[in-house]
Amino acid sequence: MGWRDLASEALAGIAARPLRSALTVLGTVLGITTLVITLGVAATAGNQIAGRFDEASATEVTVAIPDQRDPSAPPYVTWAALPDLTRLNGVESAAAVARPTRTSSAQVRANDLKDPTAVTDRTLPAVAATSGLLKVLDASIKQGRFFDDGHVARHDRVAVLGESAAKLVGITRIDDAPTVFVNNEPFTVIGIIDNIGRASELGMASAVILPYTSANDRLRTGNPTEVLIHTALGAAQLVAGQAPLALSPNDHAQLRVLAPPDPASLRGGVEHDVNGLFLVLGLVSLVVGAIGIANVTLVTVLERTGEIGLRRALGAARRHIAAQFLVESSAIGLLGGILGASAGMITVVVVSVSREWTPVLDLRLAAGAPVAGAIVGLLAGVYPALRAARMQPVDALRAGT
Amino acid sequence: MTPVIELTEIERTFDADPPVRALKNVRLRVEKGEYLSIVGPSGSGKSTLLTTLGLLDRPDKGSYRLDGIETTELDDARRTALRGNRIGFVFQAFHLLAHRSAVDNVGLAELYQKGERRSRTQRAEAALQRVGLGHRTLFRPDRLSGGERQRVAIARALLGEPSLLLCDEPTGNLDKANTNAVLDLFDELRAQGVTLVVITHDEEVSMRADRRVRIDDGVLSDGSTSFQGSVLR
Repeated sequence: MGWRDLASEALAGIAARPLRSALTVLGTVLGITTLVITLGVAATAGNQIAGRFDEASATEVTVAIPDQRDPSAPPYVTWAALPDLTRLNGVESAAAVARPTRTSSAQVRANDLKDPTAVTDRTLPAVAATSGLLKVLDASIKQGRFFDDGHVARHDRVAVLGESAAKLVGITRIDDAPTVFVNNEPFTVIGIIDNIGRASELGMASAVILPYTSANDRLRTGNPTEVLIHTALGAAQLVAGQAPLALSPNDHAQLRVLAPPDPASLRGGVEHDVNGLFLVLGLVSLVVGAIGIANVTLVTVLERTGEIGLRRALGAARRHIAAQFLVESSAIGLLGGILGASAGMITVVVVSVSREWTPVLDLRLAAGAPVAGAIVGLLAGVYPALRAARMQPVDALRAGT
Repeated sequence: MTPVIELTEIERTFDADPPVRALKNVRLRVEKGEYLSIVGPSGSGKSTLLTTLGLLDRPDKGSYRLDGIETTELDDARRTALRGNRIGFVFQAFHLLAHRSAVDNVGLAELYQKGERRSRTQRAEAALQRVGLGHRTLFRPDRLSGGERQRVAIARALLGEPSLLLCDEPTGNLDKANTNAVLDLFDELRAQGVTLVVITHDEEVSMRADRRVRIDDGVLSDGSTSFQGSVLR
């Protein structure tokens, strides 16, 4: 008996009772559909969430340096530690800043004139920073320039204003080298920045930014309180792990790192949440489908006792009988798998379209689902097939048509 | 020439309380081309003799040679192959597959043999032609009359030129006219040299055979006289 004979006999067996076969297929269809939808929607949704992590926010790492408990101990991080960080692979730019605490913002005014008709004194944060801040903030220069390493090294008393800060103190142009008084200490304004790209640092627009050297000389701003890092795309997690060690080999455990959530783990988490429940649901319906196939195949075997007897009389060996019923149940399972996979895929696409998502359809899933269906059918057919093969031809023939 | 069937001292007892001796010391010899009928009332052991002859059952004792091949010592697979190759069955209940055409039903006989697949339909059609159903090849059994159904079953049994056509009450489900048609067909087959063994309880059917043996209470006897353990012919 060739495989073509086997296939045509099995198909004829399925086609002989179309309604029953269709209902049997339905069980597997439901199971496979649930599985495919579960996996497909989870992958699509996960991809969607990951897609929301734009390039900018995924490259921002902030290291917060807590206050020193013991003032006489060496600081956790010194200004000089920054080069150790910037040479790390994946760090595009970095800047250390010393921010005043909320209560210790500076009194800032633009000139020494006492004008009773206008408010000249503003309470603005004076931020001491290294020269790399402009790049880390992803900001642009509106006027003038940012201070550089030379200003820092020479302890130059220069200041860069955020756009709002400049407006508040009334400075609109810098070509005449205006002065701002920060807690009565004069600084020359050399630039105004705007369009800050780093979302977490929009507050810098209302800050007075000073080189950390001269700021410490005049205002006692002290050691850095934060290090802002801009990383290469995809390097945020790596840099977040390495930055504390590079900045403070002795006290790295004291530093707090704010890194963007790992997109991979986040996507995995979402998939995990969605999958857990529905996978179980899909598997349960698959098992129910398998039981359905087993049940119906068993009924079919008992019903076709006469046919089995006839086939045995015509020279069919036990294995021929078993093979026929196994192929029948596998074909039912395969059919269910194909229909289920198709229905599942269509559902995933429809859901995606309705949410304007990009559907993510795994080819392995598309190919694997029918195979899974066939395996379910095969397993479900084992017991009925053995029952059929074990029948004695004499008894089977006597049992009727 | 080797006889088609050679039964020697066949015994078959079924486990029951008390045990049923269905066949007692049965001897039977059927030559090639013979048309034999085995007649007996129900419960006489007819069915057991049929299943034994058809290799569907194994005797407890004795020897059964089919075409000179000792069958009692063969394993299940060999007996199955032998059955498929050399015996054509005709059943009282036809045993046709309801959802398959006549030609498919006939072709079924070759499914488990080494017949070439492509020409199977042709051979099945030829077999249907032989039983006078060449015009019904694509009909399904439910659209055929009882006599036609039985003729399809006979065509199926004839496919592959078996050594022996074993018929179990072939007319049991047929009316008078159809019975005669089937019996006429048997006569034709007999004329073509087919070896026929017809098991029946119907005296009229058995009269048409060349030779009749009677089975009664597991004992085979020639004609009407009881003759236990006799070597027939």
